[in-house]
Amino acid sequence: MLRATLKSLLARKLRLILSGLAVVLGVMFVAGAFVVTDTLSRSFDAVFASAYSTTDVSVQAQPKIAMSEMDGEQVDPPVPAGTVDTIKKVPGVRKAAGLVDADGARVIGSDGKVLTSMGPPRLGMSWTGEDELVRLREGRGPSAPDEIAVNAAVAKAGGLKVGDKVGVLTLQPKKQFTLVGVYGYSGDRDSLGGSQVVAFTEPVAQKLMLGKTGVYSSVRVRAAADVTPEVLRDRIAAALGSAYVVKTGDQLAQDTAADLQEGLSFFNRILLGFAGVALFVGIFLILNTFSIIVAQRTRELALLRAMGASRRQVITSVLVEAIAIGLVAAVLGLAAGVGVGAGLAYLFGSFAGGGMDLAPVGVPLTAVISSFVVGLLVTVVAAVLPALRAARIAPVAAMQEVATPDRPLTRISVAGGAVTAAGAAALGVGLFADAGDAVLWLILGGVLVSFIGVALLTPLISRPVVSLLGRLFSWSLPGRLGRLNSGRNPRRTAITAAALMVGIALVTGVTVVMDSAKSSLRAEATRVLKAQIMISGDQNGPRPPTYDPAVVGKAAAIPGVRAAAALWNDQVLIDGRRQWVNATDDLTELSQTYGGVADLPALRDDQMVVSAPEAAEQGWQVGTRVTVQPSRGEARDYTIVATYAEDSLPGSVLLPAAATKDFSVPQPMLGFVRLADGVPVSAVLPQVKALLADSPEVSATDAGAFVDQQAASLDTVITMIQILLALAILIAVLGVVNTLALSVLERTRELGLLRAVGLSRAQTMRMVTVEAVVISVFGALLGVTVGAGMGTAVTRALESDGITELVLPWSRMGTYLLLAALVGVIAAVLPAIRAARLNVLGAIAHD
Amino acid sequence: MTATNAGEPVAARADEVWKVYGSGEARVVALRGVSAEFRRGRFTAIMGPSGSGKSTLMHCLAGLDTVDRGTVHVGDTELSKLGDKALTRLRRNRVGFIFQQFNLLPTLSAQENIRLPLDIAGRKPDPQWWDIVIDTVGLRDRLSHRPSQLSGGQQQRVACARALVGRPDVIFADEPTGNLDSRSGAEVLSFLRASVREHHQTIIMVTHDPVAASYADRVIFLADGQIVHELAAPTAETVLDTMKRLDTHAEPVML
Repeated sequence: MLRATLKSLLARKLRLILSGLAVVLGVMFVAGAFVVTDTLSRSFDAVFASAYSTTDVSVQAQPKIAMSEMDGEQVDPPVPAGTVDTIKKVPGVRKAAGLVDADGARVIGSDGKVLTSMGPPRLGMSWTGEDELVRLREGRGPSAPDEIAVNAAVAKAGGLKVGDKVGVLTLQPKKQFTLVGVYGYSGDRDSLGGSQVVAFTEPVAQKLMLGKTGVYSSVRVRAAADVTPEVLRDRIAAALGSAYVVKTGDQLAQDTAADLQEGLSFFNRILLGFAGVALFVGIFLILNTFSIIVAQRTRELALLRAMGASRRQVITSVLVEAIAIGLVAAVLGLAAGVGVGAGLAYLFGSFAGGGMDLAPVGVPLTAVISSFVVGLLVTVVAAVLPALRAARIAPVAAMQEVATPDRPLTRISVAGGAVTAAGAAALGVGLFADAGDAVLWLILGGVLVSFIGVALLTPLISRPVVSLLGRLFSWSLPGRLGRLNSGRNPRRTAITAAALMVGIALVTGVTVVMDSAKSSLRAEATRVLKAQIMISGDQNGPRPPTYDPAVVGKAAAIPGVRAAAALWNDQVLIDGRRQWVNATDDLTELSQTYGGVADLPALRDDQMVVSAPEAAEQGWQVGTRVTVQPSRGEARDYTIVATYAEDSLPGSVLLPAAATKDFSVPQPMLGFVRLADGVPVSAVLPQVKALLADSPEVSATDAGAFVDQQAASLDTVITMIQILLALAILIAVLGVVNTLALSVLERTRELGLLRAVGLSRAQTMRMVTVEAVVISVFGALLGVTVGAGMGTAVTRALESDGITELVLPWSRMGTYLLLAALVGVIAAVLPAIRAARLNVLGAIAHD
Repeated sequence: MTATNAGEPVAARADEVWKVYGSGEARVVALRGVSAEFRRGRFTAIMGPSGSGKSTLMHCLAGLDTVDRGTVHVGDTELSKLGDKALTRLRRNRVGFIFQQFNLLPTLSAQENIRLPLDIAGRKPDPQWWDIVIDTVGLRDRLSHRPSQLSGGQQQRVACARALVGRPDVIFADEPTGNLDSRSGAEVLSFLRASVREHHQTIIMVTHDPVAASYADRVIFLADGQIVHELAAPTAETVLDTMKRLDTHAEPVML
């Protein structure tokens, strides 16, 4: 039995390759995800192990606001110089040195632009001289307050050389320095993990990076020869008490790497998400292929049954075939995944990591196991239904000319209706009810189950829709024949179209939500924004672009300017709860440039205002005192002096500008400039731009362009999703090719007859093409409909989150349909050529 | 030898046609210099044992297969010079086919199947001739049925009507009754004979059934790729006799 199975498997190579390809692609993504995460995390481990190789114990102050990599940037409060002395007295300490080492030193390159970072920090450090790790390549270390050295990564990225005057943005606005040295690291590395580093003299580093002199970011301790780092760590911890975090060098390396890996796991999840979509679509393909194979092998299977094979054996034979395909696909997918993973790691290393040294690419066990589990599971699950159908073939079918009767679609349609309803219900609960942590799963599950439900309903829908669609192509006889062919096997057409539906529905759904968000954003901005000129910058990397707050005061003095205000933004703890807040230098000016409130008091340094909804939610009233703990410095009490309507001021909590000196980034990110009535933007904009000459991270734009810019960032998301889901669509196209190839094969005799009675090759190709186009457009139509439905549901559910407008992207949806038609044409090429090349005589004699 | 029937213009002609399949050990000579003429308005049967080359001859005459040596004409057109496009056009406009397996398109109704060659060619049926064909095959009340709703005999009559409706120069029928019971077979054959006698059609039919051959005006016998005998105005008995005689001779009989 096994031999017969494998023989028949080999005889159907091409078809199985086509359907197996879907699994290969899916598995490739799964394996690729694990390989890239593994490679990068080992690379990070190596980088930090080496960065902290000269540290036995590290001491940092307990953070004011504990944050993970995903929440935002954690600011470690400074360690006073006295602590270094305390540590030095601990027995077993050979050497203890305070070190300044903080994110946020942004170097202006030779082109006048700030060097960007895709993730690794831009560190400002105190120069501690050369050691085992740090090696000067050129020049010397900084010794005067206006001197800096930079690591080779900065020098290369900024096109800087020793002797250059270099501007650096820190906690303070731009300052000029002379570059006196360029250094690298042991092993001839330009950077550690892609970080860009500027080294100042110690007092300058303290002032610019930590806000005051006499403090350090951390203390690095070397142990005496007779003490282990662990023992020393415990001794120092005991001496310093709970206000400090004391770690061994190894711990520090691991924790730092682990922090970055949290970011990586996000990356990992995206890849796995796409693997999921690819595999989900792949299931449709395999299910279809096996159904067809079973139908074609009816006689063969019946013969086996007639010769005494049991049902179980028939099922086994189909499943063995599935397992064989799954295994082959898993092996191929794994191999391809290692390649993809290595490629992604390389890309990540060279772009985001700023030339990070990659650890050798390895194949983690998780990748191997998940590849095989996923590959086998998907194929076998997809083959179960066809296997059961195969088992129902009666032995007598071997003796008869079997016309496969059209089974009624009632049962499958009822099931489809029920499943769709269940999926929609799950989606509805997830979106509209308060389901807590289960929300994401409910939505995901709802979407998946809905897809399956719609796929089950598709055969029923296919008849009317396909015949309607086909009318578009019925002006010629080949077109008519193609249309009739596509309606011939509703199940097969349906499942092929359903595979295409999944990708297109997802793209459409995302587009609906994004376009609605965009339109809502635009409407909201036009409604509330009164400023005509905005000061803002593009954020890349974790640190927002900022500018010198003095600019706003100067802008207010420009003739024709009615009001100008700066806006700061950060996370703080309010009564122990982490929350995003804004701060402004002048509430009155801000309210004039934004939505506007008639009479708000000017804020004193211990006063704040909150939006009415926020106050209601937190149970605050005018007069309530709350404790605000910013990223740096001490907690302070603020009194709520007023509330405002939600749209009249940005954000829900506004602090006075005085609070911002303790913000993690103590400079404003946005600026609003409102002009006096009748003053044209062009009269003021150049002057505001001139004021920003020393703040190269931001620029001044007119408000319309600013809103467009914000909206455009959502377009990037749409484009990314489109690119990624193109994979799912590609797989579905394989399905169309597969189905068509089979149709051509099955209808060999018909094709022969048509050719014999005078159908030309071109007409034959047109006939096959129309069939493909009808199937593809049908799938796209389903996808666009289902996607629009889901997108509408999500948009409605997000109404309370500010997406108030529902926009159906008709032109994009139309484009998807057109693309689907094109896809159909492309998918038809090979099968059509094959059909046209058929030998007429051979085809007629074919059975 | 050359098989002819004088009088009418020639509808199809083979001259010294050779057809060889395969090469080396597997080389099979299917036709060895066959020459034959088929006049308009005649019903000719080609007979011979399996492997005698009768189907090959028909396929070559119909432009479905190419010849290795010699020439084939349909009317005045020499087929060996034609490419796929021209051959397709020839089949579309000047040749009709009837197959043993009926070969109807299951997606089309009987009427649509009958009209298929005309639709492919973009021609309209001549309404008068259409009525004659439909009435002769007796399918008027079945026109909207799908092939799966028709009996074998009915399906073959649809196939016959399909071949006739374009009024081709010549109709090739390959064992048209091979898959039918004797009654349906007789119906189809009478109908073919009627279309020749009454409507001046030209039919070349390959068969191995003496009864079927007896409906023709003339029978050509093939053996080992050569024409070995010809019979005019055959009856089932004379055909059977000839077959027996040809069978008993190891060597082809030269007449």
